[in-house]
Amino acid sequence: MKSTREKVPVIDTDIHNNLPSPESLHPYLSERWRKHQAMIGGRGHAGSNYPRGMPHAARHDAWPPSGLSPGADLAFMQEQLLDAWDFEYGVLNPLMGGSGLNLEYVAAIARAINDWQVEEWTTPEPRLKASIVVPYEDGELAAEEIHRRGEDPNFVQALLIARTDEPLGRRKYWKMYEAATQYDLPIGIHFGGTGAGPITGAGAPSYYIEDHGGMPQAFQTQVISLVCEGVFERFPTLKFVLIEGGFAWFPPLMWRLDQSWKKLKEEVPDLKKLPSEYMKEHFWLSSQPVEEPPKREYFDLLLEQLNARERLMFATDYPHWDFDAPDRAFPTSLAPDVKRRIMADNARELYKL
Amino acid sequence: MAKHVVATVDEIPPGERKIVELEGRSLGVFNIDGEFYAVRNICPHQGAPLCEGRLTGLLESDVPGEYKYTRKGEILRCVWHGWEFDIKTGQSWWNPAQKRVRKYPVEVEDGATVASGLQKGPYTAETYPVSVDQQYVVIDMPE
Amino acid sequence: METWDTKPSFVRSDLPLIDCDIHNRVPSLGTLYPYLPDFWVEYCSTSGFGGPEMGDYPGGAPTSALPDTKPEDGPPGSDLELLREQTLDFWEADYGILNCAYWVQTVHNEYLAAALATAANDWQVEHWLDQEPRLRASLVVSSQNPLTAAQEIERMGDHPGFVQVLLPVRSLMPYGKRHYDPIFEAAARHNLVVGIHYGGAAGIPPSPSGWFSTYLEEYAGAGQIFQAQVISLVTEGTFDRFPDLRVALIEGGFTWLASVMWRIDKEWRGLRHITPWIKRLPSEYMREHLRFTLQPMDAPPDPKQFLRMIGQLDSDDMLMFSTDYPHWQFDSPEEALPMGLPESLMKKILAENAREFYQL
Repeated sequence: MKSTREKVPVIDTDIHNNLPSPESLHPYLSERWRKHQAMIGGRGHAGSNYPRGMPHAARHDAWPPSGLSPGADLAFMQEQLLDAWDFEYGVLNPLMGGSGLNLEYVAAIARAINDWQVEEWTTPEPRLKASIVVPYEDGELAAEEIHRRGEDPNFVQALLIARTDEPLGRRKYWKMYEAATQYDLPIGIHFGGTGAGPITGAGAPSYYIEDHGGMPQAFQTQVISLVCEGVFERFPTLKFVLIEGGFAWFPPLMWRLDQSWKKLKEEVPDLKKLPSEYMKEHFWLSSQPVEEPPKREYFDLLLEQLNARERLMFATDYPHWDFDAPDRAFPTSLAPDVKRRIMADNARELYKL
Repeated sequence: MAKHVVATVDEIPPGERKIVELEGRSLGVFNIDGEFYAVRNICPHQGAPLCEGRLTGLLESDVPGEYKYTRKGEILRCVWHGWEFDIKTGQSWWNPAQKRVRKYPVEVEDGATVASGLQKGPYTAETYPVSVDQQYVVIDMPE
Repeated sequence: METWDTKPSFVRSDLPLIDCDIHNRVPSLGTLYPYLPDFWVEYCSTSGFGGPEMGDYPGGAPTSALPDTKPEDGPPGSDLELLREQTLDFWEADYGILNCAYWVQTVHNEYLAAALATAANDWQVEHWLDQEPRLRASLVVSSQNPLTAAQEIERMGDHPGFVQVLLPVRSLMPYGKRHYDPIFEAAARHNLVVGIHYGGAAGIPPSPSGWFSTYLEEYAGAGQIFQAQVISLVTEGTFDRFPDLRVALIEGGFTWLASVMWRIDKEWRGLRHITPWIKRLPSEYMREHLRFTLQPMDAPPDPKQFLRMIGQLDSDDMLMFSTDYPHWQFDSPEEALPMGLPESLMKKILAENAREFYQL
């Protein structure tokens, strides 16, 4: 563990800011949507209730003394996270507002959350950069929001949630990719969500451990779809960040896709190279939750297979319970240059910080 | 062994805890049904302030769907990742042989012993004006 | 298979070999008429019903059939003579395990599904098991209704030719749910392995995020459904309820397994209280109860790295040789096995692991 304790700059690529209350968005919503929020509120794909291990999925010590919910109190976040670990930057990924059944309402809420982020987070705390919440189930509405904020230096990426209604390679999402490409904004895909069906391809499981621990399934789905649908031939500069999906599944998926593609490539003539080559070129991964193999050598091999030196970016997932601490996240000793890249340089370059 | 008075008995009622600094280390002192226990306030996993975690019981199950809940208040769940530790032994639930939190011996001494107690070794009790009417929680810190 | 005139180096008289994934195929619904009660024959022939959905292997896809595996009449895998010559004889196999992927689960009429399962199993006995002593077979069961599935296991479970109950990886609910207990109970009681195999059509999307556009995605994406089933079986307590149960994961890849072990072990350390019946690391349940067939081999390009990946399973017992005949998974027979395996591990993968698991 010794070398990981050396002081290096840290950029946290996954921090969750939360609304103090639904009314916190009132200043940023029109009268119509304020009324809608009070009368109906958000409606989503119901039927996916997995009671968690802890309220708000939060660290037990992340409840601010102010009485607000975890992630809702900037001063406490500064003290407990940004100052305590001396972060250079942190990327905010608000886990709200991007999905729902009434797409116009979702678009209004997404807009409001983005305005709220600038006003109450990134302006008072310049170490924080925000993700653009977009109504991602409608490519055109999502593109509109990206156009509205694409040149705003408060934002460093557009944000989607991993369990979507359809796999992200499908054409209904392409307008969003076109817009992101225009501003060279990466698109973050974050853990979570409830798509249009059960949370696994084998139906609805029973327990939170399956919901939480099974999340890599949704990430695999999205990578497969984005690659095989030819999205990167259509948008050659598009970049994706896979956030809180783990990463040990990534190399095996490269091999599996290559193996299948060699036999089936006639079905996808748009692809000009091995699927793994698109994966290596277009995807970055956040580190948390770091898989913890029983032996260090397994983890070292994984980092090598992943090209972690270039593509892995440190994240804490604050204030959530599966938080990874900057000095203890990796079950191995990282070489100093690799460590610098994972802890900060990769994110600094990708997000142009 | 250096003995430290860390609290009066009344300060930590049953089911409560106190987090103290001793020789540069943070410790949690717990009162479980009148008995005192102390463990290091650092989780062996990722270094979280373990002792700020929630107290729970031991949940076991021989058959899926049947729950056996005992030893309420004797299990400490880590403040971050929820690893469970037995406060009485310092052992983790999932790997008791290897993953454990450092445990320290705790005694309760009456005020007279503490006040006149040089025979028990050097007390570090400067923050505790000792009264003979009180009982004190004393931790033995290994050298 | 003219390109396959050279036998691979590991086909040797001193090396036993068991092929754990050979597909025998019901040529057509009519094939089963002699095994169906009259009223179902009449229903099938007058309703326009053509049999279970068979979209898992599109007819023209290269993965669906090796060249030269199609008999003169009928689809690949439907003719015993040709199958015997191209699998058992070619590989000099001691045993071949038939996986008849006749997914009666896709028929929502549960009683028709059960009748088709019974018919398919009787057909397997007469046309395959009775004809070729090296073959073993898997029971087709209407697992959408575990009670009728258990009845079929009860009916046929003691037949010495059947070593496995076959379930499609795609299910309406994950198999760890107690809904499926009757199937696992019956399988365990009859000392049968439960095989979970690529495919099926449960009526729900094959991913947490909807339906894929292409077959390539669906086929390569099946790995994540296998992961859901593994996680479900372990965390929902199937192996605590049935401690002797053995489950084979067939045609789903295996290099993803280590990542699932590490992830679920980590999850369990923090979330143990939600599923307190799990008393050991989830990965220990996996090593004890699960086995994986080799094909399709989702292997890294570097053979040395592949051996290290196999090492990460922390077990020499989990992999079982398979060709996946008649599906096209490798271009030359030599590629059917990872290169550079140590002799002891090669023996285990080629036969010993399967012999022990299937008790052959």
